[in-house]
Amino acid sequence: MSEYLISARGLTKKFGDFTAVNGIDFDVSKGESFGLLGPNGAGKSTVMRMIGATSQRNAGDLTILGKDPELNGPQIRAHLGVVPQQDSLDMHLSVSENLYIYGRYFGLPRKFVKGKIEELLTFAQLEEKRDAKVEALSGGMKRRLTIARALVSEPEILMLDEPTTGLDPQARHILWDRLFRLKEQGVTLVITTHFMDEAEQLCDRLIVMDKGSIMAEGSPASLIKDYSTKEVLEVRFGSDRNQEVADKLRAMCERIEELPDRVLMYTEDGEALLEKIYASGLHPKTSLVRRSSLEDVFLRLTGRTLIE
Amino acid sequence: MSIPTVRQGSLQLIDAAKTRSRGALYVAEARIRTMVKWLGIIFAIAIANPVLYLISVGIGLGGLIDKSVGPAGVDGVKYLTFLAPALLAQAAIQGTMDETVFPTIEGFKWNRTFYSMNSTPLSGAQISIGVFLAALFRAFYTVLLYFGVMWAFGALESPRAWLAIPTSIFAGASFGALMQSVAAKLEDENYFFVVLGRFIMMPLFLFSGTFFPLTSMPFFLQWIGWISPLWHATELGRYLTYGHAISPTLMWVHFAVLVTMLVSGLILSARLFTKRLAK
Repeated sequence: MSEYLISARGLTKKFGDFTAVNGIDFDVSKGESFGLLGPNGAGKSTVMRMIGATSQRNAGDLTILGKDPELNGPQIRAHLGVVPQQDSLDMHLSVSENLYIYGRYFGLPRKFVKGKIEELLTFAQLEEKRDAKVEALSGGMKRRLTIARALVSEPEILMLDEPTTGLDPQARHILWDRLFRLKEQGVTLVITTHFMDEAEQLCDRLIVMDKGSIMAEGSPASLIKDYSTKEVLEVRFGSDRNQEVADKLRAMCERIEELPDRVLMYTEDGEALLEKIYASGLHPKTSLVRRSSLEDVFLRLTGRTLIE
Repeated sequence: MSIPTVRQGSLQLIDAAKTRSRGALYVAEARIRTMVKWLGIIFAIAIANPVLYLISVGIGLGGLIDKSVGPAGVDGVKYLTFLAPALLAQAAIQGTMDETVFPTIEGFKWNRTFYSMNSTPLSGAQISIGVFLAALFRAFYTVLLYFGVMWAFGALESPRAWLAIPTSIFAGASFGALMQSVAAKLEDENYFFVVLGRFIMMPLFLFSGTFFPLTSMPFFLQWIGWISPLWHATELGRYLTYGHAISPTLMWVHFAVLVTMLVSGLILSARLFTKRLAK
């Protein structure tokens, strides 16, 4: 068995003429929290389904837990916990029944599963909902139940595809807290997301994907360091004037990005740059200095924003 | 705050071999748990259907027929005796249909539960067989209740009437396996149910020698019976319950048609499940 839990070389997936994943390489080590960041349609979910040993690759090599998923699908899946993008819970069954039947699919003894259910209900903060039908749960509760379900078999790797998409801010924070606790415990996590704050919070290391390819790889901090400046100054002159002043602004700093509603200016010192703008006689309607984020990295790499 | 135990590096807990040998049973167990939620409705259908049929067709129409044909009977027996194996087989077919077609479309499309099942060591083939086994369970339950109602109505003259139970389950199994493979192929179910109900289920029920011998139909309509699992199972049922005359050759044909439908349906469905899940 190699030192990596997951290892991909030239991993490729095609659907007819469309290449969803285009020859990518990456490794995931034990205990690592690994992220795939990219917009919708970047190929993240397809990569997840291949790592999940359900969807088969068209080319390249893939090793999961030392095995080839094409030959050993069930043996690999026995040690993965998968949280798909859609919860795909059994709507007719209760919360605890969903955990129970899922545990049975792994061939786990009834007695073990029954004990595990108690542990997982507490973790997912669903003790009071144990007998409720899944249909009656809120989106955040369903998501927590899906994560709990993935943990029933005590997996080697927990895989989460867009874990907080569609949740309200409060539900997202509860979920992040749960995932962070797992991460602290040393559980290997593989997460896809198109939220940069989620990637920054949860991932030790990530790959930035676009159109089936890897654009960059590294820790959130190193990616920001390599592909962006320390600070970003956002200025708005009104949508009709942004274009007009762009050339002047470009001369004042390392790099700018023109978005439809605002101009992003990349610099080491945002306040100083703002003073410079005022000194030059320009008066933005609003201005904001913030630190660089993965959103800026993505913008730099692809010329597009993550959420379009 | 409790954190669930995740024993990193301990691969002892899961016995992949166990899922390999019993996976389909785990799926069936889960399906039956779902069915039990509707047990009251399933029970009501299983009782109400035969009661309605036996009163209207069996007693009403049957009384009329028995009076007009006299002691010669229909196929040599009272009309209810003639009708019983067909009604039982139809009940089994309806039961397996409900429990193969709907869960299959639901599992692939409505809830995507098959995809989450397939994230475990379960294979596509096991999921397909598990759904099928659970459908057989439903058919068995329905047929037993149906049989009980017939007995209460005195519709079971023959001491061998119980032999219609296995033949009707056989019909349900064959048709259910085929329909499951159709459902596994279905990407868009918009018109499916309309077509299924009006152009497949209804003609099969009416033209499979259910209410009268198939031979009393004009020849150009008899083919419906030939391809219908209902007719083949009913013929076997009639032979077993009251000694309806069939040549040995024809008996083998009935048997072979049902087995072919069953086996090809199961194989096709296992393949389609595997293929669709691996996309």
